[in-house]
Amino acid sequence: MSNLIQLKNGVASLADNDWTCVQLPPSQAEERKQAGKVVLFKLTGEATVTAEQITGTIIPATGKIIVPLSVFITRKNEFISRINAGEVGVWLDTHEVLETLIENQADLNALPIIAIHVQRFADGRIFSLGTLLRTRYGYKNELRALGDVLRDQIFFLKRSGFTSFAIRADRSANEALASLKDFSHPYQGAVDVAQPIFSRYNRLA
Amino acid sequence: MYKYDKLDQQIVDERVTQYRDQTRRYLAGELSEEEFRPLRLQNGLYIQRHAPMLRIAVPYGMLSSKQLHKLGDIANKYDKDYGHFSTRQNLQLNWPKLEDVPEILAELATVEMHAIQTSGNCIRNITTDQFAGIAPDEVVDPRAMAEIMRQWSTFHPEFALLPRKFKIAVSGTKDDRAIVQAHDIGMEFYHDAAGKLAIKVWVGGGLGRTPILGSVIREHLEWQHALTYCEAIIRVYNLHGRRDNAYKARIKILVKALGIDEFKQQVEAEWLHLKDAPNTITETELIRVGQHFDAMPYEVLAAHDASFDSAISSNPAFAAWVKRCVHAHKTAGYRAVTLSLKPHGQAPGDATSAQMHIVADLAQLYSFGELRVSHEQNLILADVKLSDLFAVWEKARANGLATPNIGLLTDIICCPGGDFCSLANAKSIPIAEAIQMQFDNLDYLHDIGDIELNISGCMNACGHHHVGHIGILGVDKDGSEWYQVSIGGKQGNDASIGAVIGPSFSAEEMPQVVQKLIDVYVQERTPEERFIDTVRRLGLAPFKTNVYAKNEHAKNGATA
Repeated sequence: MSNLIQLKNGVASLADNDWTCVQLPPSQAEERKQAGKVVLFKLTGEATVTAEQITGTIIPATGKIIVPLSVFITRKNEFISRINAGEVGVWLDTHEVLETLIENQADLNALPIIAIHVQRFADGRIFSLGTLLRTRYGYKNELRALGDVLRDQIFFLKRSGFTSFAIRADRSANEALASLKDFSHPYQGAVDVAQPIFSRYNRLA
Repeated sequence: MYKYDKLDQQIVDERVTQYRDQTRRYLAGELSEEEFRPLRLQNGLYIQRHAPMLRIAVPYGMLSSKQLHKLGDIANKYDKDYGHFSTRQNLQLNWPKLEDVPEILAELATVEMHAIQTSGNCIRNITTDQFAGIAPDEVVDPRAMAEIMRQWSTFHPEFALLPRKFKIAVSGTKDDRAIVQAHDIGMEFYHDAAGKLAIKVWVGGGLGRTPILGSVIREHLEWQHALTYCEAIIRVYNLHGRRDNAYKARIKILVKALGIDEFKQQVEAEWLHLKDAPNTITETELIRVGQHFDAMPYEVLAAHDASFDSAISSNPAFAAWVKRCVHAHKTAGYRAVTLSLKPHGQAPGDATSAQMHIVADLAQLYSFGELRVSHEQNLILADVKLSDLFAVWEKARANGLATPNIGLLTDIICCPGGDFCSLANAKSIPIAEAIQMQFDNLDYLHDIGDIELNISGCMNACGHHHVGHIGILGVDKDGSEWYQVSIGGKQGNDASIGAVIGPSFSAEEMPQVVQKLIDVYVQERTPEERFIDTVRRLGLAPFKTNVYAKNEHAKNGATA
């Protein structure tokens, strides 16, 4: 079971995952510490991927792949035909700068999938990144949340434009489905429901 | 005040269902401690020293009698028969059981209340002036906009998990009573040259470990854009605020690192995309929400009342109370009343269930069934007839709610401190109580006059010590509790951050330290000066000299 929830026409259901998420090889860099504690969140724009990692990334020869942003930018030529065939997506971490993708891929909608990897569920940058992809950069295809994705955040992810949720492997995607329906009538306009409550309903009645 | 329609009600009802299931999953071991933490915090539930603490939202400080009766019932049923009104106009219960919280939330929902976003790294309760709508110096009643912002910020998906907490205050008076400059975003509403409603926006203020007053990011913002402009600010913060270090994660640190000009430029660039987006507030919505804050059905009264005047002249105790606890009102024949939650020798801001019921009844009888909570941790009846003041005073006095000390030294702002809070370095309530007992002479208190003394049990500054004329901060030194004293802080338009006078003191020394500060003031003041004015005129030196004089002497004695 892939533990994937997918929204289709606004309806959520469990789905098979036919994308392979390409991983960077482990980095040799030491964990950053502050006051003796490991720093849990990386700074936005912090360079975290080395040239060795990019060249050392193993890209499967066939099948649909989601490649790391740094690999996508540096090694695009290797899989340009597969991009044209709609078999390549991109994933980025919450601390990576979204504009780097925009600068390197003029037509975002040539990508059938973009995924955002959240290392820790409490990293709310993922919501702004999803919102920007949808409202600023006009991205229309599948937007997936990857990583530490838990049911209590997916309502907000859905509202921020995400359409698929790879629930963390040790949790039930089936049970998580219920959380997408936590609230029936959200107050503020966001990606999924653009109009705020005062424009959707006549509240004077 | 604002009344829920079925949409508002459904949201709080669904929240109860959601949180009930989150609690169930936590207790069943399906959610880890770390995963449950932000969920319970965003419902106001802290795990404290002795028991959990539940912070119940009182949006912009407004309560109805019905709601306060319910709070009294809840404090009785689920807690030790009392509650604590906080500096963010909320109500805190110190002893609820984690397992009972879903049930408490269900009871709150029956009176249109909740604990949504009263803690956690999200947009918190929006605060304002406790005299909103009735203050003679008010330019704009900010409550309709505060309610619109409350709704917008409730479960805002993009800002559900910010780098750190985010506090917004709004004000509509020339004389700021909402400390807008000490908030992540502060908004002052005013009428512009064209007579249109506009907003002056501050950003990056805050107390806590690094106290900073906010900078003006926009002198003029049309009211329709309040939400989208906040979205632009908070988006820049959400993406670029520091998540690597909790002590540097507030927006004030980002604003300071970038400089206000660069920060403003990034916000304005973001706002170009957001301006006129669907969250732009419509005229219809402002009118709809505004109707909930229409003026009360006031009687047409004379500016004077004979029975009131004679009570004043014949009863000095009543007169003293009126002087400190009764405030001007924009409608003739009406006054606002502060019910002091600062009786000497008791925890500031605490109210028993019985007191809550009594205040709720007073509000019902004499003030259109509504009341407010002030950030100074007192309760306010906003609309009392002059002719009713004596009756209100008698009932309040009989129930320990009429200490005539509002704005005086013993009207202390104080966090729960080390008795309850697991973040605290030191106790704060016993210090407040000891100071109140040191100055337990009303004539003397009145002679000292207007002064604000604020106490925080740690650098998180819930007791706003930085902006107290006298600020006291609990610090930990080698495992024991010490108190650092600052003077010269101030809230309001001419806000300032206090300066530390020197090495810290033990708890036992504190009443005498305050006494010595006051002694210098009493000796040095000019007839017109308040404590803060004397501090600003003379600087720290004379105060410092007097406070530390004995210590120097003792040291010399020891070495001799």
